[in-house]
Amino acid sequence: MRLTRTHLGFAALIAIGAAAPLVGIYPTFLMKCWCFALFACAFNLLLGYAGLLSFGHAAFFGAAAYLAGHAIKVWGLTPELGILVGTAFATALGYVFGSLAIRRAGIYFAMVTLALAQMLYFLWLQLAFTGGEDGLQGVPRSKLFGIVDLGDNMNLYYVVFAIFVFGFLLIYRSINSPFGQVLKAIRENEPRAISLGYDVDKYKLLAFVLSAALSGLAGATKTVVFQLASLTDAHWHMSGEVVLMTLLGGMGTVFGPVVGAVIVVSLEDQLADKVGSWVQVIMGLIFVICVLAFRRGVVGELIALARRISR
Amino acid sequence: MFELLGITPQGLYSQLLVGLINGSFYAILSLGLAVIFGMLNIINFSHGAQYMMGAFIAWLGLTQLPVWTGSADAAMSYWVALIVAPLVVGLFGILIERTMLCRLYKLDHLYGLLLTFGLALIIEGLFRDWYGISGQRYEIPESLQGAINVGFMFLPKYRAWVIVASLSVCFATWYVIERTKLGSYLRAATENPKLVQAFGVNVPLMITLTYGFGVALAAFAGVLGAPIFTVSPKMGADLIIVVFAVVVIGGMGSILGSIVTGLGLGLIEGLTKVFYPEASAVVIFVIMAIVLMVRPAGLFGRER
Repeated sequence: MRLTRTHLGFAALIAIGAAAPLVGIYPTFLMKCWCFALFACAFNLLLGYAGLLSFGHAAFFGAAAYLAGHAIKVWGLTPELGILVGTAFATALGYVFGSLAIRRAGIYFAMVTLALAQMLYFLWLQLAFTGGEDGLQGVPRSKLFGIVDLGDNMNLYYVVFAIFVFGFLLIYRSINSPFGQVLKAIRENEPRAISLGYDVDKYKLLAFVLSAALSGLAGATKTVVFQLASLTDAHWHMSGEVVLMTLLGGMGTVFGPVVGAVIVVSLEDQLADKVGSWVQVIMGLIFVICVLAFRRGVVGELIALARRISR
Repeated sequence: MFELLGITPQGLYSQLLVGLINGSFYAILSLGLAVIFGMLNIINFSHGAQYMMGAFIAWLGLTQLPVWTGSADAAMSYWVALIVAPLVVGLFGILIERTMLCRLYKLDHLYGLLLTFGLALIIEGLFRDWYGISGQRYEIPESLQGAINVGFMFLPKYRAWVIVASLSVCFATWYVIERTKLGSYLRAATENPKLVQAFGVNVPLMITLTYGFGVALAAFAGVLGAPIFTVSPKMGADLIIVVFAVVVIGGMGSILGSIVTGLGLGLIEGLTKVFYPEASAVVIFVIMAIVLMVRPAGLFGRER
């Protein structure tokens, strides 16, 4: 096997992930980064490789967060089972929403996913078990598999990091498989893919379900970390945020969403107590700048730079 | 039979009226989205923010202008706001189109959606920072206060005015686009901009003015809505997502279709509030899901 830049990048990612909490970076912040990085990678699978812009991905993130929280807190399941319940629900939801949304293309696809996600948001607002505006609070951090104590931040950190790496590898494997090649073909030229005999809708739906499932995994894991699932997780702001992370990091690149997620989470973390409501304005500005002048994103620009140098 | 269901005719009529009012807002906003989409191929995500700006300009003019200028006579009346707010927001839209949107026409349509989403975040964030998230009250103008007895119910004058005003604007827009020479240029440019430009029509100017007009419609709706809904920075965002669903249901191919779908869905929403209030927030989304299953292109739509 030839050692490529991607392999080097992956080795660096693992090294950074393993060492980061040891050099004194706050573990909760890091765990938030990995959860959102997974969310953004899952989103990027759909936008970057299948060319489908979903504006309702918070639906899966939020649904899994609520279901996992409820399963752990009320049913008393262990964290791994709770996460599984949340992810399974997000997968099923992805199948339903995906089947509806892929009936329209382009801009309509974005609007349909946004509307479906908003429908679910209203549902969470009304259902009793979600705790309405307060959210589902105090989800206990019990023992993973009944053995590993997740009350300890370091233990939890490596579990979260392992979940991220699992999701990341699954996405990487998918986009470098024949399945991923077909997705790219659909993105580049859908009529051509149809004429080559591919069942385009089936591939789109599969990509959608996979993306929803991994977004759910990210949301469920987030609940375990913060012991909280709230309406914020399911709001359209969250859907916009994951679009921003992917766009800023570089859509259609393997590491872009990770970089984008870390930048956005860090910005919010740093800015929240300093500028208050200006965070939203700053996020909007980054959006506008990315669209107007920086469409390749951080990683996309780096790749372009590397190409120019090696030429 | 209504008594059997525990519903009074008065309750039914008043909810239908509320439905009709919401429907006129859906109609005027989805109309603006459809006009913009026809020319620019962009879904204007900042439509809700521009609607909110319209309402805020009316509120600022009435309550803050006297404070700023120091004279009580300087207050901008509702009727002036109805003209000024669309003009200001329309100019703002033209500025946005000329400086930003015009750079995106050669790219994937999705970038237009993303750019206007970013703009919506900025506008909303700024207003939230300046005026907070709590809503501001806007008084109904004196001449429209009170209600008229129409036999079977008391009809608040302002609500009747909102329905009349928004429907007149909708139908005026329909008339201009479908029945005048200017409208025929517009429709032709929607079909084939290059050819129309070759005939000597200034298409880029038309595109700019179309965007300005579309967002001016949103601002007009905002002024109409100011006395009914509280004027707050988030008033547009939640509304616009419902309007997106309306647009998906109706399809954006037809002007009249947008108006009919908007009104119809408002009425259905009002009826749901009477018979099954829990579902009223989601009924439009459910209808959207059903329409997608039965007729994916939308009721009045055509695939493009």
